[in-house]
Amino acid sequence: MTQLEMAKVVALQGDEAVAEAVRQCDVDVVAAYPITPQTIIVEKLAEFVAAGRFRGEFIPVESEHSALSACLGASATGARVFTATSSQGLAYMHEMLYNTSGMRMPVVMAVANRALSAPLVLNADHGDMMGSRDSGWIQIYAENVEEIYDRTIQLFRLSEDPRVMLPSALNFEGFILSHDKERVRLIDDEPIRKFLKRPAPKHRLDPKEPLTFGAIANPDNYYEFRMQQAEAMKNALTVFEQTENEFEAFSGRRYGAVDAYNTDGADRVAVINGCAAGTMRATARAMNSTGERVGVLAVKLYRPFPAGEVASHLRRAKSVVTMDRSMSPGAPSGPIAEDVKSAMRSAGLNQPVMSLVYGIGGRDLSVEDGRKIFGLAGGGVLTCDASVIYGVKG
Amino acid sequence: MSWKEVEEGAVVKGGTSSAYVVSGWRVKRPIIDETKCTNCLICWIYCPEPAIVRREGAKVAIDYDHCKGCAICEVECPPKAITMVMEP
Repeated sequence: MTQLEMAKVVALQGDEAVAEAVRQCDVDVVAAYPITPQTIIVEKLAEFVAAGRFRGEFIPVESEHSALSACLGASATGARVFTATSSQGLAYMHEMLYNTSGMRMPVVMAVANRALSAPLVLNADHGDMMGSRDSGWIQIYAENVEEIYDRTIQLFRLSEDPRVMLPSALNFEGFILSHDKERVRLIDDEPIRKFLKRPAPKHRLDPKEPLTFGAIANPDNYYEFRMQQAEAMKNALTVFEQTENEFEAFSGRRYGAVDAYNTDGADRVAVINGCAAGTMRATARAMNSTGERVGVLAVKLYRPFPAGEVASHLRRAKSVVTMDRSMSPGAPSGPIAEDVKSAMRSAGLNQPVMSLVYGIGGRDLSVEDGRKIFGLAGGGVLTCDASVIYGVKG
Repeated sequence: MSWKEVEEGAVVKGGTSSAYVVSGWRVKRPIIDETKCTNCLICWIYCPEPAIVRREGAKVAIDYDHCKGCAICEVECPPKAITMVMEP
């Protein structure tokens, strides 16, 4: 019997799936501060601790800045560390995000994406993580609850690899995925423990042998530290693939750095990250059944950006629509658009790109919206690069 | 040093500030007037670096390799025995 057949099938919310995976990953320290819509994760973990089902140390802290500081310190001792946040909480961590990646601490964090205040809103867009895009964290966007569960497990393996040693953030839209209950095929504890390996870190904080982490560098070598970090991020692209291979070997599940649906047979391709990729795929399936030719490229791994792979799937398209669930005021286009355009132009692809913003502050995206979006990019309408703010009340 | 050689995470051994020369940071240097100095060691307590040297049978001296020129000693010295003067 394979692991998959043995798996227990349960219904879990996205947040619950993260907590379950963290429990199974043999995490040593969790330090987190509650914030909607991430709160269920830390509540569940606290419940596991109270019920004696989680052997890790749970540190209740007074803020997100402290949460990540505690995680950073714990990680320096060689402990496996997890935290979770959303929106303002991630913003409050901002300073420590750079310290964590700069000190090369393989902390894993779940981000239930939520738009930023003001005005105050609890619902999803990617503005929180995009605001921390360049903080040197590996960034993944999951599409459904089972992927959330699987990615949580994979990220410990990826972050802790000696060729990488970088923190990682698992992103999934608040409420849409954090609170949505879906079918999850759980994996047994034992294969997860074998998969994670627990490699020994190069440096370990020990009172008997004091060390300074992230010492002063000055202009004569700061640049070199940053370069080394960027190279580790490049390595993460290779290690990501190996991680997926190993994960697939015992779970039978694989997602890819990107997920391509009908990109070879399409004249229009939508490039998107997050859960609305599923909506766009459903749209494409419906449209293609009536003779249209559209495709969807879901970007799963956002940092490091799989530029070569993205470009290779866009070779045959006549036009491309990039879909950003974040606003970058004053920028020529959104972050996904800029990355995709850069990947295309570097690969010598010059098709027109429509950079589209959608779903800000939790504005829903339906299949009907998907049809309209493909419509905007089709029928010879798009002859040059264009920019659209979609679905805002005019 | 090449980016391939710098220590991952900028990790260095603890307690190593005595091996790090900071004299280049200084604009002014402290000068001790031994006639006013009472060897009370207030400067030794306040100095944030290992720059005040205690000596057996003699008054304190400055280790200029480790003096950043912060002038805390000048401010804290009770008999005003320390004066900051411009580096040449």
